[in-house]
Amino acid sequence: MQNLYAISYVISAILFILSLRGLSSPVSARRGNVYGMIGMGLAGVTTLFVAQGPVLWLIAIAVVAGALVGAWKAKTVAMTAMPELVAAMHSLVGLAAVLIAVAAIYHTGQSHTQVQKIELFLGAFIGAITFTASIVAWGKLSGRFASKPVRFAGQHVFNLVVFLAMVGFGVAYFVTDSHSAFLMMLVLALLLGVMVIVPIGGADMPVVVSMLNSYSGWAAAGIGFTLDNSVLIIAGACVGSSGAILSYIMCRAMNRSLVSVLLGGFGAAEGTAASGDGAARNYKSGSPEDAAFLMSNAESVVIVPGYGLAVSRAQHALQELTTMLEEHGVKVRYAIHPVAGRMPGHMNVLLAEAEVPYDKVLEMEEINSEFPTTDVVLVIGANDVVNPAAKSDTTSPIYGMPILDAYKARTVLVVKRSMSVGYAGLDNDLFYMDKTMMVFGDAKKVVEEMLHAI
Amino acid sequence: MNEPIAQAASAIAQAGGVDPVVASLTVFVLAIFVGYHVVWNVTPALHTPLMAVTNAISGIIVVGAMLQVVDIQGEVITLTSVLGAIAVFIASINIFGGFLVTRRMLEMFKKKER
Repeated sequence: MQNLYAISYVISAILFILSLRGLSSPVSARRGNVYGMIGMGLAGVTTLFVAQGPVLWLIAIAVVAGALVGAWKAKTVAMTAMPELVAAMHSLVGLAAVLIAVAAIYHTGQSHTQVQKIELFLGAFIGAITFTASIVAWGKLSGRFASKPVRFAGQHVFNLVVFLAMVGFGVAYFVTDSHSAFLMMLVLALLLGVMVIVPIGGADMPVVVSMLNSYSGWAAAGIGFTLDNSVLIIAGACVGSSGAILSYIMCRAMNRSLVSVLLGGFGAAEGTAASGDGAARNYKSGSPEDAAFLMSNAESVVIVPGYGLAVSRAQHALQELTTMLEEHGVKVRYAIHPVAGRMPGHMNVLLAEAEVPYDKVLEMEEINSEFPTTDVVLVIGANDVVNPAAKSDTTSPIYGMPILDAYKARTVLVVKRSMSVGYAGLDNDLFYMDKTMMVFGDAKKVVEEMLHAI
Repeated sequence: MNEPIAQAASAIAQAGGVDPVVASLTVFVLAIFVGYHVVWNVTPALHTPLMAVTNAISGIIVVGAMLQVVDIQGEVITLTSVLGAIAVFIASINIFGGFLVTRRMLEMFKKKER
């Protein structure tokens, strides 16, 4: 029978891999999701047979309660709130890993080998860090905590000391089998989770969310090692590498190393580098009506959305604007920078929600060559990702970061609440170009006014 | 101390001399490679659904949780089983929430295929 269970676990693992594979295109993705659900169901049922003396009623209550909460949350969450939801779910995986490790430690019916102790330690501490780090990330993303980076002198030294103490207690547990050493180790890991996220600012959240995604996978894999469970190891490893790849893609899109993101912000010492000589620079501003006139007379318009779009929930108004422009014979497309928004793919989901066809939503590499032949670029709530300083100014902190070449278009319209700087604390030369017109106001209101004007 | 060592020894003997940890590690490393290649093929437009579905898949930790909700020497309600049940509850939120929210998002990407 053991072999049958092992085979059944392998089948679930294959189904999980197929569910990830499905995401290579929107067409196959839904089928992939179904594979994932079947895999999960199969793994769950198999486990009921594998477990020795499972308390079925208790498991059933827990599953049903979890299903109700999960389904309710999945149904009601706003698409603009996806980053928070994802962060919250990472924290749950972390918490589950911690609880399982503690449950295993206090399992009076079994003793653990030396190797299992190491595995328990790894699973528990990764889980604990994932748990609290994700809670902080969730708080920052949902605006419950200030998204400003928190830094203090000796922060890295402090973190190192906490980390070493944590490892020390882990070793103490390993040697003495002391439960209190294990719990102390957990407490320190929980503290460390908070400490690693507080110095990281809002716009670096795509990296943080991806990284925590990765951690949650490693935590699951760690528990899989302890329990010698193949499906846990395989699923955990796939999730772990998925999160790692996303972190890498996000870092590359900002031309920054993971280390520099984790150490926090754009380097505390640099502060607001290159904020200019303080002299007021001239820019043109116009009304939404002027902007609408320009766009309706253009042949092609490219819309560059950023986090500001999500904040003001302007995606539906933007879709209406698109439809109306298309009725005027204007070719409208969207250009998405990989780090636009607060998590990978954030803008794509918002636009999909507003029923923008996905073939009109282009990635940076696809559209960058077309900006020179574009009549009007409409930048909404984006800043650093269209800053030409990343290409031309070698002294700029964001020099080398790939950007959307909006500055090459014939006319640039920028919808923004004020002239304030973006996350990187930099002034944006794009705003001062002769062909640029600033339209001030809340993204949603401005787009609605444009709609009326056309 | 002797019993676990004896257990480990017999496990090693059963696996034909390969320590089960090494076997697990083999699976782990290969799975990382599979994950790596599969995820690079995911289209950037679907990165958010990818995160949601990996959240659901992380919910596989429910398997580990269920293994703790067991009858230990005739005792049904123990610290272990209660912690395990809470973990089952939490992991189930992830599983159902993750798969359903992914489905909801993917439906949005579907509507415009017409």
